[in-house]
This record gives sequence, structure tokens and C-alpha cells, in this order.
Amino acid sequence: MTQSPIITLQNIAVSFDGEAVLKDFNLNIRDGEFVTLLGPSGCGKTTTLRIIGGFVRPDAGDVFFSGKKINDVPPHKREVNTIFQKYALFPHLNVYDNVAFGMRVHGKTESQVKAKVHEMLQMVNLEGFAHRNVNLLSGGQQQRVAIARALANEPKVLLLDEPLGALDLKLRKDMQVELKKIQQQTGITFLFVTHDQEEALSMSDTVVVMDKGIIQQIGTPQDIYNEPRNAFVADFIGESNIVDGVMREDYVAEFAGHKFRCVDKGFQPNEPVDVVIRPEDIDVVEPEEGHLSGVVTSVNFRGVHYEIIVDVNGFKWMIQSTDFQPEGKQIGMMLQPDDIHIMKKSEYSGMFGDYSSFSDEMDDASVLDEEEGER
Amino acid sequence: MKAKSIAAPYLVWMTIFIVVPMMLVIGFAFTDRSGAFTLRNLEGVGQYSNVFLRSIWLGALATLICLVLGYPLAYIISHMKAKRQSVMIMLVMLPMWMNFLLRTYAWMTLLEDNGIINTFLASLGLGKLQLINTQGAVVLGMVYNYIPYMILPLYSVLTKIDQSVIEAAQDLGANQRKVFFKVIFPMSTPGMISGVTMVFVPAVSTFIISKMLGGGANLMIGDLIDMQFLGSAYNPNLGSAISLVLMVIILICMGIMNQFDDGESNGGGIMI
Repeated sequence: MTQSPIITLQNIAVSFDGEAVLKDFNLNIRDGEFVTLLGPSGCGKTTTLRIIGGFVRPDAGDVFFSGKKINDVPPHKREVNTIFQKYALFPHLNVYDNVAFGMRVHGKTESQVKAKVHEMLQMVNLEGFAHRNVNLLSGGQQQRVAIARALANEPKVLLLDEPLGALDLKLRKDMQVELKKIQQQTGITFLFVTHDQEEALSMSDTVVVMDKGIIQQIGTPQDIYNEPRNAFVADFIGESNIVDGVMREDYVAEFAGHKFRCVDKGFQPNEPVDVVIRPEDIDVVEPEEGHLSGVVTSVNFRGVHYEIIVDVNGFKWMIQSTDFQPEGKQIGMMLQPDDIHIMKKSEYSGMFGDYSSFSDEMDDASVLDEEEGER
Repeated sequence: MKAKSIAAPYLVWMTIFIVVPMMLVIGFAFTDRSGAFTLRNLEGVGQYSNVFLRSIWLGALATLICLVLGYPLAYIISHMKAKRQSVMIMLVMLPMWMNFLLRTYAWMTLLEDNGIINTFLASLGLGKLQLINTQGAVVLGMVYNYIPYMILPLYSVLTKIDQSVIEAAQDLGANQRKVFFKVIFPMSTPGMISGVTMVFVPAVSTFIISKMLGGGANLMIGDLIDMQFLGSAYNPNLGSAISLVLMVIILICMGIMNQFDDGESNGGGIMI
């Protein structure tokens, strides 16, 4: 991986019908990286992709490709290829001709085309499908054809717009692994758009978390998960308990009525902060041994762990533990200094991180909603 | 079982008004006036081969002109904003609400030797043109009357092409011209086929247009059949034979047309 940015977005602003979709957006993508744009519906991630693809003209700002400004370059002259949300295969062409489309447009000879198409179909495990009708393939197979078609063009950057959204869970997991493998084999820069945080964490070198047209945080998956910058990121990436606190001095935070040692510093004395504690970091102990103690109000079995909601003086905490705790039991909670992550207050403070209204049904419904309505 | 019983009245209707008349035409074509079997009628059709050729030539020419004029219009309309699209489609269909005969009469008054166009030319001091009673006038009448049947199926296919497919083609490096010839045009073949069918079939068998705008010299198959049933040359057996031959020719033409479609048509067209 080299350090030179292959794509740079500078001060991009876009609005549709007077509604701002991206605001003063800046992003550098390094050559060979697997970058994921992660965010809820309508956060501007697909628009970002379409700007790079050349399908949306920004109202303001510049797009650079390998240092050259490409604002005015039409889509067909850009060295990027896109895998569209619904694949957009050519229905009048068979698998072979779909994959060959880009090469033929570029005037490659039929023998070059033939060799490359077979190489691509082999890579996506579709040997023997060359003369199939694309309309009769399954979703996963159409997805593979779309990948082969885009990669056959040997793009410098591959843009993927929620490519796995329409696949079922098992197939999606397989394709995640395969995409990652293809990216490592080819060394092509991938810019991947998704609203699935798990997908983002497992595949990416760099994750860009977006909301309301603004980048909330850029970092490695580990950074994003362990050091979220604000309550939005902490909540969007995994589960988290977010409590109001005050930073008394470096390495000492006070929240939930106790002072805790922590590993964060650099705040003003007595600065109000958001405190994030991941549910899996909390140790369950006897009530008198813990820093905090509360009553178990609900327990859900989630396969690998139990999801336990504990009421501590009115604030409901989520704990993920492999040990079962019965409802109504008084338990203690122990927090180690490196379990505690301190964030500056932001516009998202107080909006997330309290599990008092938590229910499984709501959680599942909101995941489904996000599939719709992305521009 | 239930679907079958609902279909029954339609089946009866179709039998009485489509299958039986068809049988009668075939029956007439293979019999003489006394009702005995004969092939004389079919042999007699041969002497009119020049009329057949003229009909097919004029019909094909009109169809081609409809396609060349109609495709760009359908394409332009399909790229307009939704509201303007419906206005434009209404304008395309507007002439069809007017009586067919009246529309053709209107062309007569325009094209006549002392008609509007020639009067206008004379007022400019230019000579008169022979406009009516020419093959050109017949083709003009066909194009004018049948072009909506070309535009509508083309429009319906073109609007159904997914924008993301066009973007995918651009993304893969196709410029506007290549996007059109490699994606839009091939994807619109089902519309072209139904448009061509819907214009060619009535154009070949028309008799009013050729009668009114073509004069006696540009006889078409329709006129010939007309004459056998209603005209001086009364001979329904020969008329049936001509109809039968015409039907076979049209079926062959359509069969050839459908070869251009791969059989995986993505809807939008009305097929024969």
C-alpha cells in the first residue's frame, strides 16, 4: 500500500432540491486501500460514490484522481468502475457479453476479450456460465457477473454501492470474504458503501463513518470501534452504553456517582463528557464487589452471549456476558480503566446509549428500513 | 376449472366471430361458384402479382419511414419530464381520435390539383405539382395515419429501460453514441418489432388510402379485394383467395421479423 492519495475529494458540497446532501466534504483515499463509507440511509454515502463515478456533479468543491482534477471528466473517461446496487446487468446480453462489454467498448481484440472474460469468470467462480442468460441467474450469481464485468476493465478504483444488500445473510458473509480476497489479489482500491457496521468492520482497511452529509470519523476498524469520536459513532458501530460524565482531571472521570480511573487525558478540568462502555467489557461480579450495582430487568439469549439489561439507579446498562443472570437478580458491575472511553460532548450527546427503551423488535425493524430510500 | 368457465363466453365469441369466418374465407378460396373444390382461384391470384409487389413495397416503405421518423420522437419523449411526456403522448394520439376517413379527406383537399398546396404555389407564381394520385401520396397517407402505432410501442419500451443500465454502460467506458447503439437500441428491439408489425400489416392491406390518394393507377391488394366483393368484378371466391394469400405473406413477414428478437424479449411490445 502506497501513501499517495488516488482519489481526493476537496470541500465538496451537494444538494438535491435545496436539501444539502453533502456539506464541505473532504476525503483522501490511498491507492490499494479498502475504504468503506458507513452510515445510515440518506447520509450521503451513495452520493459520494456517484460523484467519484461522475454521475453527480458537485455544486462546489473539486474531485482529484491521481492528483488531476476530474470535475469535468464524463463517467466513460474515468478510470473507475462501479458495481451498482441492483447490479444493472445488460438484460439483452448473456454473461460472456456482459463481462466483455467494457473491453469491446475500449476496442480490445476478440482474443484478448476471450482470455480476460474467462479469467474473470474463473475468479468469481462462474466458469461454465458464459453463455447463460443473465436474467435467469440467482441474485448471488448476478452479483458475481457484475463484479467480473467491472474488474474486466482493470479499473484503478472499484466503487461498490451496497453490493451485498440484496443477498441473504449466509451468501453475504461468503461474498464479503470473496470480495476481500479479490481486493487483496488484484490490489485495486475498493471504495465500498454499506449501512452494515459488521460488514464495514470485517472488510475494511479504513472506515469512514458518515451522518447527515458529514464525516463523523475516519479510522481503522479498531480505532472506530475502540475510540469512537462521538455518541453517533459509538452507537452506530456496535452496542454501547453512553453515560454523562465529568472529566475531573487527566485519567480520572466521574460518572454514575463514582470516580473511575481511565486511560484518557487532554480534557479541561471538570469538562462535561460522554463516557462509552462497551457491553462486552463489563465484568459481572457479586453486588458488593462491583463499582456499580443494579437489578437485572431482562435477559436475551443471542447465541454467543446473553444480552443482559441492568437497571442502575434508573439508567439501563447493557451487558453482554456468556454467563446467564436471572431476571430480578441484584448484580455488581466492574469496570477496568481501559474499558472506559471518554468522548467530547457533541450534537449527538444524550441521543444514544441508554437501553431503557430497548427492545429486540425495534432493533430488527430499523435494520430493514435502512435498505430502502438511499439516493 | 374456474378460470375455464370464465373463459367460456370468450371462447364462444372467438369461435363464432374469428374461427368460423376464417374457415369461410378458406372455404370460398378453394371452391368455385357452384361450390365444387378447385384451385383455379389461387392460380388466378398469380396474375395480380404486380399489385402484391406494389402493396408490399409501399407498405414496407411507409413502415420504414414511420420507424425513421418515430424512433427519434419516441426517444425524445421518453427523456422528457414525466408531465410533459403524457402531454406529448396525448398529442401523438390526438389525430387518432378523429375519423380515419376524415383525416384522409383532409389530405385530398391539401394535395388536389386545385388544392391548398397548389393554390399556394400558384399564388407565388410557381407551377403546379402533381401531388395527388401518386405513390408518394399513398405512402404519405399511410405514414400519417399509422405513425402513432409505431411511436407508442417504442415509447413504452424506451421508458422501461432502467437508468442504472445506461449508467453502467457509461461507467464501463461507452460514450453517448456507444451507449445508444450497444444498449438502448438493442434493448428497444421488442418495441421496434411490435411497431413495425402494427404499421406494416394495416398499411399493406389498406384500400381507402390508396383509393383516395392514389387514384386508379396505384391499385393495392385491399382495393383488389374490395373490387371482388363490392365492385364491378364481383367474384368472392377470387377475393377470398387473394385474402388468403395476403394473410400467408403477412405471416411470413412477421415470422422473419420475429427472428430478430432472441425470444428473450423484455416485454413492452404487442406481438402478433
